[in-house]
Amino acid sequence: MSPAIPILLALALGLVGWLVARGRAWTMRRIAREAGRDLHSLPSYHAWYVALWIVVPALLFALAWASISPNLVLAQVLADPAAVKLPAFGFQRDTILAEARALAAGSGDAVFNQQARPLIEPFRSAMQRFGIIGTVLTLLLGFAGGAFGFLRMRPDFKARTSVERAVMGGLLAASLAAIFTTAGIVASLAFETVRFFQFVNPLDFLFGTHWGPDSMATPTQGVETNYGALPLFWGTLFIGAIIAMLVSIPLGMMSAIFLTQYATPTLRRWMKPILEILAGVPTVVYGYFAALTVAPLIRDFGTAIGISSASSESGMAAGLVMGIMIIPFVSSMADDSIAAVPQSLRDGSLAMGATKSETIRRVLLPAALPGIVAGIMLAVSRAIGETMIVVMAAGATARLTANPFESMTTVTYQIVAMLTGEGSFDHPATLSAFALGMVLFIVTFLLNYIALRVVKRFREAYD
Amino acid sequence: MTDSAAALTRDQRIAARLASRHASELRFKALGFFAVALSALVLAFLLVTMTSNAVGGFKRAEVHFPLDLSGGLLTVDPAQLNGDDPLRVLEGAGLRDVVQFAAAKALGDKAAAEIDSEGWREVADQIVSKPALLNTTFDVSVAASDDLASGLRGEGQPAIVAMARDLAGKGQLHTALDLGFLTRSDATSPQSVGIWGALKGSMLTMLVTLALAFPIGVFTAVYLEEFAARNRWTDLIEVSINNLAAVPSIIFGLLGLAVFLGVFPYWRSAPVIGGMTLALMTMPVIVISGRNAIKAVPPSIRDAALAIGASRVQTVFHHVLPLALPGILTGTIIGMARALGETAPLLMIGMKAFVATPPDGFTSPSSVLPVQIFLWSDEIDRGFVERTSAAIIVLLLFLLVMNSIAIYLRNRFENRW
Repeated sequence: MSPAIPILLALALGLVGWLVARGRAWTMRRIAREAGRDLHSLPSYHAWYVALWIVVPALLFALAWASISPNLVLAQVLADPAAVKLPAFGFQRDTILAEARALAAGSGDAVFNQQARPLIEPFRSAMQRFGIIGTVLTLLLGFAGGAFGFLRMRPDFKARTSVERAVMGGLLAASLAAIFTTAGIVASLAFETVRFFQFVNPLDFLFGTHWGPDSMATPTQGVETNYGALPLFWGTLFIGAIIAMLVSIPLGMMSAIFLTQYATPTLRRWMKPILEILAGVPTVVYGYFAALTVAPLIRDFGTAIGISSASSESGMAAGLVMGIMIIPFVSSMADDSIAAVPQSLRDGSLAMGATKSETIRRVLLPAALPGIVAGIMLAVSRAIGETMIVVMAAGATARLTANPFESMTTVTYQIVAMLTGEGSFDHPATLSAFALGMVLFIVTFLLNYIALRVVKRFREAYD
Repeated sequence: MTDSAAALTRDQRIAARLASRHASELRFKALGFFAVALSALVLAFLLVTMTSNAVGGFKRAEVHFPLDLSGGLLTVDPAQLNGDDPLRVLEGAGLRDVVQFAAAKALGDKAAAEIDSEGWREVADQIVSKPALLNTTFDVSVAASDDLASGLRGEGQPAIVAMARDLAGKGQLHTALDLGFLTRSDATSPQSVGIWGALKGSMLTMLVTLALAFPIGVFTAVYLEEFAARNRWTDLIEVSINNLAAVPSIIFGLLGLAVFLGVFPYWRSAPVIGGMTLALMTMPVIVISGRNAIKAVPPSIRDAALAIGASRVQTVFHHVLPLALPGILTGTIIGMARALGETAPLLMIGMKAFVATPPDGFTSPSSVLPVQIFLWSDEIDRGFVERTSAAIIVLLLFLLVMNSIAIYLRNRFENRW
């Protein structure tokens, strides 16, 4: 039984309650008006009041049930005599259970694991049983809530006040979602990072120079030597903050200057959206482009100029393509900062006989510098968090090298590599991904925070 | 005399300096033009590379031969074909061997070994849709094997290339438009893959994302713009939202893995978890664009509504929000387009499994289009390169449509006050 059914039922019940309550409120209003009085609230508010009382408790229960009922199902299946033959614990047991569950739910095709077969029937009956229980409870709650709302319907009942209070509560709850998300990120990263540091010394992690976790080894093996993340930090900075910026800062800045200061309005109207397309192309497409087209070109170029270690996965390929991706970002930030420089400064410079380019170079850019620096910091923060391009084009070898033709790896690549395997959550190799994520989160947060502060202060300077 | 000579040289010096200043002005302008042109050229190069690779991805190599079913070779009652599983009926009647035999007869034993082993299914579909074909002789087109397909491109073993040339010369092997690419799902052979499974997964994921991110985002925007008091909590909410908008997407994947999969371990790689994760990413985009749209509604509208006795909630929901809706929708579509192209967070929550059937609900294992592209990009077969590019073109088309709708909405409905 799909978990969507109770949810849909709750919504349908709410609709019915809304219609019925509105009808009753209309009647109530007619009677009241015949007596020379009126309702406190419009009939539709009475309808919303009842509908909210039906839907909110029922929906909350249905969602909670969707998260706990799988555990109840599992408990009942494990209590079944057929479950006695299962392996006591571990990976195989989970596989068998997952397969039996999928087959019982009707989403699997064939039985791969013979031990799953006797469990299908218990699973199916347990799912059905708890599905029915959940649906019935949802309906009961809906009816109870509806009855409560219905009984409070009186001509002088302040339905609008109650509904508006509920709306305000909803608005507040929605805006707290952002705080919860941030807190959730920090908490989950911090929790797993602390667990990681129980295996690995933080200093070894931050300053070690050899990275080579092995998720197949015993958890305590190589904790002193294999978790040095310095090569990853270097690779991330080299690709994201050096190569990509060498591409995107000149191109982005010059594009912004040309489009705002020199281009005719027609050219500007056409070229600006075209540049923005660069920002809208999905990163997986850039990654594929980097791996398929750019990386071989760069390898051939490297071999041609005599670099024997030129590899078909290189920091250069990833960095170049990432730089292209960031161009519109840099250009729109530069655009904003230049536009924020007061017109009087520009006019003053031009009036003194400076050419346009002299005005731009000697007046506008220095005046816009704080904003531009902030924009570049935001661009760097975006570049070092970029994942797909480096996963597809940069390579997996962690090394401290300044040779852009060699393959190198980044923080984001290693997060993906550590978490897409079959590693267990009790192994430092898997947990290291969260520690790397924590470092990435802190660095991007600081970059963004400082950049936004700079922008804010800079804007105020001219206001 | 000396005066005019000095004046002349001064004029000349000024002229020379002016010329060099103007030259540098020109150089600067040319540099700017070069930057714009280079960026546009790279974009053009990217699109042309993808498109030229993708052309082959919408086609496949097919073997063409007559199939003789006359003389009751297949003992199938046409009425049975209306049943639940007509494919199984035909398989039971031996269609697989009949097709193989007909291929061997028309093409020779060696070539018959190079037709796709599941090719009989397409023949079966043909018969099911037109049962009159039973007991007749008709032409069938069956996908060639991977080896034969690369042979047709001139790659692989010389023997296979020669066989492909020979068959193509006889008109029995050719490349044909493969609409099935849009209706099939993932497979191990580039000849028989399709993107429908991934596309459907993407749509289900986007539905979940929209259902969560849109209400939460709009409500947050309304609260912050219209009701929130200026205090520390409001500041905290604002800082969180601005920060979330800039957090790398992979961090959201880590959150999804640690929290959502921790609470719902049975929905690994299901659209509902993917949608929840992407919703967290999309929500700040909607909030920021929503706040700007609400801010753009002039205060006179609010004052007028309040003056005739509307409550604050009524003012916002009956007047401000409808006027701000085009702007909010524009931001929502742009946020959704970004979520549709997102790959990294979905890799984290396990949406990278090989899924050969389209998902049948929000909770069944599924892939999504960008992840499918990523998975195929690892394959070295030339056929997969073309298929990957074709999938990329489909993804880009979807994004193009979404962004066009956003631009249209912005131009059509946005009020200038």
